[in-house]
Amino acid sequence: MKKFFAQAYIWFLLILLYAPLVFIGIFSFTESRVMGNWTGFSTKLYGNLFSGMMQGDSALMAAVKNTLLIALIAAAISTLLGTIAAIGIFNLKGRKKAGIQFLNNIPMINPDIITGVSLFLLFIFLGFSQGYTTVVLAHITFCTPYVVLNVMPKLAQMNPNTYEAALDLGATPGQALRKVMIPQLRPGMISGFILAFTMSLDDFAVTFFTRGTVGLDTLSTYIYTDARKGGLTPELRPLMTLIFATILILLVIINIRQARLAKKAANK
Amino acid sequence: MTQNDVIIRLENVSKAFGDKQVLDNISLDIKKGEFVTLLGPSGCGKTTTLRLISGFTTPDSGTVYMDGKDISGIPPYKRPLNTVFQRYALFPHLDVYDNIAFGLKLAKVPEKEIEQRVRKVLKMVSMTDYEDRDVESLSGGQQQRVAIARALVNQPKVLLLDEPLSALDHKMRQDMQIELKEMHQKLGITFIYVTHDQEEALTLSDTIVVMNEGKIQQIGTPADIYNEPVNSFVADFIGESNILNGTMIEDRKVNFIGHDFECVDEGFGTNNPVDVVIRPEDIYIMNNTTSAQFTGKVTSCIFKGVHYEMLVDTDSGYELMIQDYNAFEPGSEVGMIIKPMDIQVMRKERLCNTVEGVMTDESHVEFLDGEFECGAKAGLEAGDEVTVQFGFDAVELWDHQEEGQIAGEVYSILYKGDHYHLTILTESRGFLYVDTQDIWDKGDLVGITVKPSEIKICRRNDN
Repeated sequence: MKKFFAQAYIWFLLILLYAPLVFIGIFSFTESRVMGNWTGFSTKLYGNLFSGMMQGDSALMAAVKNTLLIALIAAAISTLLGTIAAIGIFNLKGRKKAGIQFLNNIPMINPDIITGVSLFLLFIFLGFSQGYTTVVLAHITFCTPYVVLNVMPKLAQMNPNTYEAALDLGATPGQALRKVMIPQLRPGMISGFILAFTMSLDDFAVTFFTRGTVGLDTLSTYIYTDARKGGLTPELRPLMTLIFATILILLVIINIRQARLAKKAANK
Repeated sequence: MTQNDVIIRLENVSKAFGDKQVLDNISLDIKKGEFVTLLGPSGCGKTTTLRLISGFTTPDSGTVYMDGKDISGIPPYKRPLNTVFQRYALFPHLDVYDNIAFGLKLAKVPEKEIEQRVRKVLKMVSMTDYEDRDVESLSGGQQQRVAIARALVNQPKVLLLDEPLSALDHKMRQDMQIELKEMHQKLGITFIYVTHDQEEALTLSDTIVVMNEGKIQQIGTPADIYNEPVNSFVADFIGESNILNGTMIEDRKVNFIGHDFECVDEGFGTNNPVDVVIRPEDIYIMNNTTSAQFTGKVTSCIFKGVHYEMLVDTDSGYELMIQDYNAFEPGSEVGMIIKPMDIQVMRKERLCNTVEGVMTDESHVEFLDGEFECGAKAGLEAGDEVTVQFGFDAVELWDHQEEGQIAGEVYSILYKGDHYHLTILTESRGFLYVDTQDIWDKGDLVGITVKPSEIKICRRNDN
């Protein structure tokens, strides 16, 4: 009996979590403009999504492209900056180190809306014309601390003498970084990159305040404007379903790979 | 001015980290092909010395020469020497082959030659067939061999080893010691080896450099260092020893533990205080008390495998450690003889504490960041810079740091047969030396007071 309740509880939670996604998935296969109306099975919305023949306009695909591009650029630059910063912070000592780590954590706890507004004011103050560049800069700003946070533990695990060993064997500091440090930090850098990428993907508040008035839209700002204009564009349903499916498949692949690696290591 | 056979020369090298003086004006010559060991307790500056040679640290003052050329400003990757690190420092993302080939690939050695050289060096460390192994799947001893191979494959002129065997178990360590010695003989290159293990140093080295508190205490062959330590620190650090206060009565005659002994030392003056070292195996012990130089009573006897180790209370109230192949039961009366050859007489490093201070008023003096009462001194007034002296027994130690004028930590302990001679590191990073009957442990935090009547003060010369 006890087991039954425990099971029921889990299922209840899972349903609560996944029901919205499942609904979007189901209703992506019907043509109705309003979600919840089933007007028969159809893949027309998927067709529209890829052919660009949408009921609304082609701005949706542009927004998707912007979102991915901004996320890629921001994540790549954050990974670079974050890794360098992590190495620097790691080599500090005592109170200085604790202080900078604390400063690194603040942007992560800081509400997005405050980050957004303050960046907005900063860009105006500096006289930057707001648009693509400012959005990328803003995303780099809030992504970098996450990379630092992911790389630091890898530095702590690393034998500090390996860097010196590389120098000792004739590597210049640059070579030692490339051939010895980076390979050991790579897992942390990759997880930092993925985290930065996803943070950038679903950011709304910061983007909204830093995109300016040139009509730049990412997925989140597009949906926001679209919803205010009167109902969601129906093609968003297949788009959401595809994004969710992609992420699900990626997660499954990563998990299977990790399980295999763990098994391989155990067999040694 | 450089002799041809000197490969590494340190000249007046000093190094401080923050307010801690790690190396204090060190000069050292290392000859080509020598196996040199830097030996000392942790924090004595031996690893810093090694890092100065490898280039990971630069001296605050002084110069490092290699082959007669100043290399102080040359970065580590341009120095023709290689290091075997403590805890190996292998590259975990590379296999054994790539770890060893790392230096050769950077030097753009042709692929074919790299392969030959890696094979050869793997054979030398008996690790053939391990080329493709992941370094983290290897045992500690195997990792150590790979680390040595990785350094040697570059054919360095000098191989630096930083406590390379400290992470291995006892048996493994002894095997590796023999292999290292053989490697050194076969290769003919200079080995500079850092360790805190005196046994390892005695086994391996051609020359031992004993270090303490950032200074070189003694340089010599293992036999020299063992048989003729220059001071009580070296005597205490290398092997077991009885270290005693003595008085040099005249040449070839020394008094300690209340008896006069014949010895072979000259040139210490007459009636001068000295330190005397007797190795425990150099005291002859017997049941016959009539023909003995002095007598005593055995208080404990422990079997140590090859010999017995006994503690004996002498007729004059000193405790001696004696090693002998025969056992003498605790409680038995024994006679003892020490031959002149086996008595090592050393100049005392200091006879009392000497520190610099400032008068705060006519009966108080400030030194080592504390204010001490010193009784009224005529002719001195506040602000006068003075030299303060007091005996080892004028210092009193207290369990609680608040009970003293200043606080400190027990830095090292020397047993002198009837009392302990302690070195105290004060909070202001000065050293005080204390004679006491009380038992303290290394690292104990203590409060320090000085008996006012025993403080001697004189004005510092105005030069």
